[in-house]
Amino acid sequence: MATVELRFSAVPGHVRTARLVAASVARKAGVDEAVLDEVRLAVGEACTRAVGLHQSSGISAPVRVLLIEEEKQFSIEVGDEAPRAVPGGTTHGAHEDADVEAEEDEMGLAVISGLVDDLEVTAGEHGGQIRMSWPTTPPVAVP
Amino acid sequence: MDLSLSTRTVGDRTVVEVGGEIDVYTAPKLREQLVELVNDGSFHLVVDMEGVDFLDSTGLGVLVGGLKRVRAHEGSLRLVCNQERILKIFRITGLTKVFPIHTSVDEAVAATD
Repeated sequence: MATVELRFSAVPGHVRTARLVAASVARKAGVDEAVLDEVRLAVGEACTRAVGLHQSSGISAPVRVLLIEEEKQFSIEVGDEAPRAVPGGTTHGAHEDADVEAEEDEMGLAVISGLVDDLEVTAGEHGGQIRMSWPTTPPVAVP
Repeated sequence: MDLSLSTRTVGDRTVVEVGGEIDVYTAPKLREQLVELVNDGSFHLVVDMEGVDFLDSTGLGVLVGGLKRVRAHEGSLRLVCNQERILKIFRITGLTKVFPIHTSVDEAVAATD
């Protein structure tokens, strides 16, 4: 299992870099050319969401992107460190802009869930993660 | 590629030609342009997206914001787009029902309703 890890400061200008790197690694991993546009868009949405969460929570830590090449699939994990309110737990970072941010958050997630079939979104007290996977076509072995 | 913007007037319509990538980094420039046009009294906009290579939900948000502004002045915001990968984003978010999407600037300029 080969992995490429990318960490970038939570600023909008770096999201494009993440898209380019992800698309390049996905292509190399054997993700179908026709699907690369979707990979680019989905990873961009996930990173945009993570950047927004870091900025609104005042987190200086970088956003983390893992590009994982597996035997029959290619996965991308985008992790943030923004704490979420856990049901029954203490609420952190609640403020009046929460509704507006939640709406923007949902728009990005709506695009991701429309694009990616194999999707897992998790969040907790220490941050959240979006994991997306696509099937790959292994390169034909040269005899 | 960065975002490029240019505007021209065709009859009572203002055509905004957009090129490059509309994402979280560049979308504020497009927002500024649309706000400026509406503030200057241009309420019938045609956004030509034929030169757009990439559009994400931030860009969609700016277009929806633009539509809201022109509608406040009984105006219109029409899109020109033939690219399947861009159209797909409008479809999966249900925004094809919100924006009139045309295949050419001429068609969008001529459209009434």
